[in-house]
Amino acid sequence: MSTESETQPLLRLEHVSKHFGPVQALTDINLELRAGEVTALIGDNGAGKSVTIKTIAGIHGPDAGQIYWEGRPVRIRTPREAAALGIETVFQDLALCDNLDIVQNLFLGRERTNHGITLDEEAMEQSAAETLASLAVTTVRSIRQPVASLSGGQRQSVAIAKAVLWNTKLVIMDEPTAALGVAQTAMVLGLVKRLAERGHAVMLVSHNMNDVFDVADRIAVLFLGRVVAVRPAADMDRQIAVDLMTTGQSSRGDAKEPERS
Amino acid sequence: MSEVENATPTTTEGDEHGAPMTDAAARKAELALPPDIAADSVSGYLRTSMARAKAGESGVLPVVGGLILISILFQSLNGNFLTAQNLVNLLVQAAVFSLLAMAEIFVLLLGEIDLSVGYVAAVSAAIMATRMDPSHNWSWPLAVSLALLVCAGIGLLQGTIITRLGLPSFVVTLAGLLFWEGALLRILGSGGSVPINNQAINDIASRALTPTVGWILMLVLVGLYGGMVWRRDSKRRKAGLVAPPPRVTLLKIAGALAAGVALVLLCNTNRGILIPIRGVPWVVLLVLAVLAIWTFLLVRTKLGRYIYAIGGNAEGARRAGVDVMGVRTVAFVLCSFTAGIAGIVYASRLQSISTSVDGGTLVLYAVAAAVIGGTSLFGGRGKAMHGVLGGIVIAAIDNGMGLVGFTASAQLMVTALVLLAAVVIDALSHRGRVAT
Repeated sequence: MSTESETQPLLRLEHVSKHFGPVQALTDINLELRAGEVTALIGDNGAGKSVTIKTIAGIHGPDAGQIYWEGRPVRIRTPREAAALGIETVFQDLALCDNLDIVQNLFLGRERTNHGITLDEEAMEQSAAETLASLAVTTVRSIRQPVASLSGGQRQSVAIAKAVLWNTKLVIMDEPTAALGVAQTAMVLGLVKRLAERGHAVMLVSHNMNDVFDVADRIAVLFLGRVVAVRPAADMDRQIAVDLMTTGQSSRGDAKEPERS
Repeated sequence: MSEVENATPTTTEGDEHGAPMTDAAARKAELALPPDIAADSVSGYLRTSMARAKAGESGVLPVVGGLILISILFQSLNGNFLTAQNLVNLLVQAAVFSLLAMAEIFVLLLGEIDLSVGYVAAVSAAIMATRMDPSHNWSWPLAVSLALLVCAGIGLLQGTIITRLGLPSFVVTLAGLLFWEGALLRILGSGGSVPINNQAINDIASRALTPTVGWILMLVLVGLYGGMVWRRDSKRRKAGLVAPPPRVTLLKIAGALAAGVALVLLCNTNRGILIPIRGVPWVVLLVLAVLAIWTFLLVRTKLGRYIYAIGGNAEGARRAGVDVMGVRTVAFVLCSFTAGIAGIVYASRLQSISTSVDGGTLVLYAVAAAVIGGTSLFGGRGKAMHGVLGGIVIAAIDNGMGLVGFTASAQLMVTALVLLAAVVIDALSHRGRVAT
């Protein structure tokens, strides 16, 4: 990617906090996401992973702190505002309609029409085919087959394609490989890498250390609502990651740069 | 489906799955696709259609097969069943069921139900009839417009209560069933019956096109349909999009032509006893027109797409930015509006409207017709065409049992069993879909 994107992060969270009643979910979160990079967000259950992505996706507003998008301070109050900035989230349930085909799902809510009256199926099918081809999603038999007939990995691929169809800059994925088999996991992880190669920023939430070390460029560890480490994946190994996730610190490793924000 | 998955290479190095698809997996994958897509030849198209019909996937073949079976059964019990006179009569009888079923399909697609359509139809008929009586003397277009407008308003009211208050449609429309029966009694007043003397309204059910006009109109309609289908498919083939081969397109057009010829031949056979009566009844055209418009709405517009999407996954549709409450409300409006049309046809057939109309049975027939036609009670699956075909099946059962001389008690029980069977098939195929 260009030097500009390396100097300026696409999205920056500064001192973001969030509480639900008496429960402090996030405390003073500092995090940067860069274009062309896969950032993995890891942490134990209840560490605040979901709240973090929901804050970025516009589902929860932060109580304190500031979010910067391409260097500008922004407020993301609704998922619509997030989408307008270029942030799309693929949640675990995928939110696909089983009875609709792939093209219909990709364009749901943003259909193209002829003069606003009839649906422009040709145009939609063409750009759906192009998007899937550019993501190398070639395993489906026909883009006119209903989503109900797809495998788990294919469904995940369709959900991801739906997220990047719209000039999206940041794709957030919540446990994309949970409940997938080995071959399908490889397929989805390949897709995640291609998104980063295409210049998208990707934020990946996962429990699976194999997946995280396979695709992540940088790893952020959450512990009890705080970011305890953000490091390049090369500077971390499984053991350090697990220590950080379970205790918030690690005596292993060289600890040359515990936090980089 | 894992074999299908493995048949494709992934880009991760050293992870090449070259396992060929097994026959079973290929067959299963084929079943998942509409025959239009899966087929690369005419024989493939027929094979896939048959396989899908056997697997319980929606399609018109099971209904058509059922209809043939019913015809054979009743013909063997009473030789009058398959006469032109009875079959045309049956089509006219079916019109009300078909229209009510098409109404019901809008809400069934959402996974909802509307139990009030029977009495909403009756209210529509009563409003129209009373506006045209000598004391008001409205012209028929005005009376019909008012009736349909009131029905749309009823749908808006019920739909708003259901969506805004988050109440089950079952309960709200059950209340509607009682309320609109009450309204019917009030509108019809002490007499309990209002005759319709307007020629135009009575003609809907009793008048027919002349045989020549029937032929010409049929050819024009099939020509229009064929031209549209051919143009669309060849455009898609040229653009390299998913499209059936030319022969399959031709087969579809030939099928429409055959159905049209059969219908006109049947209707043009003399069915009079004292004086000759021939021609396609107007009401058949009315049903076809409603079918065409609602099919267009469901298949070609955003609104239709959203109705299917909400039926498939309401939360997914909401997150995609669909105005779920608005679309659901509109579906209830369309449902009541179409029920209003059915009410007018009902009154036209009887040339009157009275308090003896049984809206409870009508709504059960409507749901039964939709489900028999292939629409799912679980939402997301169905077509307007299903309502028309299912309506004909219900009318055939009703008509056949009447001819054979079943008692009223037997008729009710048989119809109930048919409804139950259709629902069981729907539930089983739904379970099959969820399991895969």
